[in-house]
Amino acid sequence: MQCMLNIEIRSMEVDDLRDVAIIGIGETQIGELWDKSLRELGIEAGLKALKDAGMRGDEVEKMYIGNMSAGKLINQEHIAPLIADYAGLSEVPSTRIESGGASGGMALAEGYKSVASGMDDFVVVGGAEKMTDVGEQEAKDILSSTADQEWETVFGATFDSLYAMMARYHMDEYGTTKDQLAEVAVKNHENAAKNPNAQYPRETSKDFVKSAPMVSDPLGMFDCAPISDGAAAVALCPVEKAESFQTEPVEIASIGQGGDNLAVHERDDIGTMEATKRASEKAYKREDIGPKDIDFAEVHDNYTITEIMAIEDLGFFDKGEGGPATEKGKTKLNSDISINTSGGLKAKGRPVGATGINQAVEATLQLREEAGDRQVENAEYGLIHNIGGTGASAIVHILRRWS
Amino acid sequence: MAIPRFWREIRQRYKGIGSTCNACGKMYFPPRDICPECRRESFHNMEEQELEGRGEIVTYTKVHEPHPEFKDLSPYIMTIVEMEEGVRLTGHIVDVDFEDVERGMEVEASMRKLGEESEEGLIYYGYKFWPIDTHRPE
Repeated sequence: MQCMLNIEIRSMEVDDLRDVAIIGIGETQIGELWDKSLRELGIEAGLKALKDAGMRGDEVEKMYIGNMSAGKLINQEHIAPLIADYAGLSEVPSTRIESGGASGGMALAEGYKSVASGMDDFVVVGGAEKMTDVGEQEAKDILSSTADQEWETVFGATFDSLYAMMARYHMDEYGTTKDQLAEVAVKNHENAAKNPNAQYPRETSKDFVKSAPMVSDPLGMFDCAPISDGAAAVALCPVEKAESFQTEPVEIASIGQGGDNLAVHERDDIGTMEATKRASEKAYKREDIGPKDIDFAEVHDNYTITEIMAIEDLGFFDKGEGGPATEKGKTKLNSDISINTSGGLKAKGRPVGATGINQAVEATLQLREEAGDRQVENAEYGLIHNIGGTGASAIVHILRRWS
Repeated sequence: MAIPRFWREIRQRYKGIGSTCNACGKMYFPPRDICPECRRESFHNMEEQELEGRGEIVTYTKVHEPHPEFKDLSPYIMTIVEMEEGVRLTGHIVDVDFEDVERGMEVEASMRKLGEESEEGLIYYGYKFWPIDTHRPE
């Protein structure tokens, strides 16, 4: 039934906003970093970003920190001022942003809005997660808490099982195979092998991935991203001020956010992430481009099936073609579209609330042509895609080489 | 899960009570106060409706790394079921071999024990599913 109230919500025109540049990037090693605290990780990433930007630190007017669950993982809430304080910036307003696995991406969106709106000139956006201060089982239970606690997990669903049910649905509906899922892991490990910050910088094989113990059928251990510690940060400012700091700034050309039902069972097509579609459609429209204009993308591959759904829902491939395209090598480095050149969450690692910023760091490296052995050739546009929970929130940023 | 948090939704969980929008007739489970389709027309216009308890499997998985409260049942089969009323539920399917589970399989829901806090603590109940062909719960 048509809604009676047909309200046209005016979205801000691109012309009303200032262009925003990423002038500095920094990230820590990702892995099981038992000797480093969340505080140390956050500061290390932040200082690297400031150094990269050629900033002193006193320019910073605001900070946003993406973090999913410090309260549960290290029993420390209120981490934004904590990190600001130990970065020597205790007077700087700092706020933690939480949206499950999309926390980092959503923090970047807040930073972008803050600069684009004219409210602030210099903003640092970080993402940090310390997951290994609890046991692996506990960390996985905390990830499960992004699903509907009262109508999914109480009945025995785990985070893995909800994605497994998406995978099964995708296989039944679109003919996706376990081989195709495995190829996602193989490709992302191949890319991670060229990334010194990756948790698993080594290659693997399809047979090895497929022979791993089952976690939740049809997903095995190597279909799942790991539990990780890590942090990343970017420094933002208006494009017109960027060049005095960074010779190779990268522009945040567009942004789009999407939402969907919290519980997987509420969605009509369990093999599609509508939030991703909604986010990317908005982002493409704002920049007046389409998926064909994107040269590379960092997509949220917390499971192999998630990458297949993402490359379909972002419009790179038709629905149902994500698996076959992966199998044919169309998403490998410097093929049709390079997907997860960093190694992705799967092999670079998954410090949950930092992943969105890790993606921004990778995209910036690519657009500056500083990605070394995993460099995408002649890239103009890179897209980054971060999702929360089982896909109830999604955020897409499109980054452009500044020329 | 904390006792009051579970207790608040006992009626819905035990009896399968959802809500139907009187403006468009669509049913929701768990019950919603607002119909996402009709929004304002549905304010104070949602009516309680009980599920009949029959439906078919939309998707499923065998869970080898269990939810900690369901460790004893591992590996167990989770499923999303579309009920005859059109709503979908997430729950266990029991008394069936995983190899026999498939999309479209007809199932029936029944109230069963989900878990307990301790031997003397609260027992959690909720719905689970059975294949209609092989076993009809009492």
